[in-house]
Amino acid sequence: MTLEAKQVSFSISDARILHEVSIRIKDKQFVGLIGPNGSGKSTLLKNMYRLLKPESGTVLLNEQDILKQSSKSIARNLAVVSQETPVLFDFTVHDLVSMGRTPHKKLLELDQERDFQIVKDALNQTGIAHLEKRSFSSLSGGEKKRVMVARALAQQAQVLILDEPTNHLDIQHQLQLMDLIQTLHLTVVAAIHDLNIAAMYCDQIYVLKQGRIVCFGTPVEVLTPALLQDVFGVYADIQTHPLTGKPYLMYIPEQFTKQALETT
Amino acid sequence: MNKKFMLLSMTLFLVLIISMTIAIMVGSVSVTPFYVWKVILSKIPIIQNSIEEDWSRSQEIIIWQIRAPRVLLAAIVGAGLAIAGAAIQALVRNSIAEPYILGISSGATVGATAVIILGAFSFLGVYALSVSAFLGSLTAMGLVFFLSRVGGRISVFRLLLSGMAVSFILSAISNFILMMSKQEGGMKAVMFWMLGSLAGAKWSNLLIPIIIFIVVFALLWLHYRSLNLLLLGEEAAVTLGVNLQQFRIQLILLVSLLTGVIVAVSGSIGFVGLIIPHIVRLIVGSNHKYVIPISALLGGIFLVWADALARILIAPEEMPIGIITAFCGGPFFIWLLRSNNYSFGEGD
Repeated sequence: MTLEAKQVSFSISDARILHEVSIRIKDKQFVGLIGPNGSGKSTLLKNMYRLLKPESGTVLLNEQDILKQSSKSIARNLAVVSQETPVLFDFTVHDLVSMGRTPHKKLLELDQERDFQIVKDALNQTGIAHLEKRSFSSLSGGEKKRVMVARALAQQAQVLILDEPTNHLDIQHQLQLMDLIQTLHLTVVAAIHDLNIAAMYCDQIYVLKQGRIVCFGTPVEVLTPALLQDVFGVYADIQTHPLTGKPYLMYIPEQFTKQALETT
Repeated sequence: MNKKFMLLSMTLFLVLIISMTIAIMVGSVSVTPFYVWKVILSKIPIIQNSIEEDWSRSQEIIIWQIRAPRVLLAAIVGAGLAIAGAAIQALVRNSIAEPYILGISSGATVGATAVIILGAFSFLGVYALSVSAFLGSLTAMGLVFFLSRVGGRISVFRLLLSGMAVSFILSAISNFILMMSKQEGGMKAVMFWMLGSLAGAKWSNLLIPIIIFIVVFALLWLHYRSLNLLLLGEEAAVTLGVNLQQFRIQLILLVSLLTGVIVAVSGSIGFVGLIIPHIVRLIVGSNHKYVIPISALLGGIFLVWADALARILIAPEEMPIGIITAFCGGPFFIWLLRSNNYSFGEGD
């Protein structure tokens, strides 16, 4: 299943956040979205999962306009792990993950054995089976994040949108989560802060700057010192890691780059 | 949870039946539970023949004509207000929302007084009161909802403030209508609408509240998944396939309808819609699969007792039921506020 944004523009009051942004995620492709704070990554994703409505342009899920599909059928095909986890009232972890089954349920239908199994699998895959009976509000930030991922897995959608999925997670769980998502072989688009994570897992990377796509391609093509300087305003040394074969970024703070300039 | 829920609901149902029986027994003339059930069973078509009539005519009138409809109305009103409160709390994602605080009851009151005093909608006959109260509550709720939206989102502070403002304005309007009417006992009528009373219960005005309650209860319960998602927030609701706009409008209509017909028969009884859902969440958690039915049962039990107290506390005078619900509800709410392990929905 494919997901595509075509010429999407979006404004908040008078400020243009997105300028005719187009991105395309092919079937089973893992696409990363990188860019500095305020570049429009989250806003673009929110437009793609229908929380926000584009001012102009269209979003296509499975080659069809999402505004012309029912909320329920979209939810069966598209799962989202957003940045926010604002659960105010108290639900148990099991309750929350079970909610991922909602789009598959008819009005009168009760949870079946199959649903329980799917929820159980999702809990196991994200390593939170032991938290099942805990109340969500008592969890740590990282645990909450994994519950949200488990809920998206329980949704069993073909397309996954992730807004900074590794936020709040310790390094072990960051890698575990990204590994898990990679092994699911879904169509994935993720806004990613950590460029090394993006380099390691993405098939394609789009770079956003001030609401425009400035560059896209494989991690090797995109992650260059010149681009990092231009978009993020940092200097980085980029190597290919001998074991992973992926680009590996080492940021050099300004004080050292100045020194280097002075000595040469 | 399912077993625990079954057990809990069965127990509460039993408590409700016992409470209703006791409430029919007490009063200026007390009757035994034995007679209460005999008289009630004698009204059921198939089994009535097997019951021997050994009670007096006055006992029958007290049990069947006076107390039974009133107790049943108390149960329906309590159950209805409780589920209306639970639904509104999910709708606005705020735990201090209830029909009374958000001005919905005041809206219904305006509609009801307009019918009774001014004779509005007289072409609708016996349905005039309910229709008019429904329109009143719908207008109030729509207004409050509209006033509290900022950039497409509901602001909690605005919600409460606009609820208060709308509520004050509408109460003023209905009180004005009542005071200006040249009818006897204008003040008494104001008291009735402001503090609520079930004294007007008759079999003939029970039908509409019962039907509307059953319909709204069934629809809310069927949509328990969507209500849960609504409680999680707009983002969760949208990404898990709830048509937010449509579902919100449906909820507003259902809650206004229920509140409208309840206020039309009982005036505005505060606190029930607020505290009952809280107690229920304390017991069963936030899942509406359990919150809706348990709220209905507990709300019913609570109001049956409140009404029984209203009748006997200062007999032969009658206490407005709103005084009792506020007296029980207020301190409980304060206790809830002070207890640390209860989430009011304010987040971390």
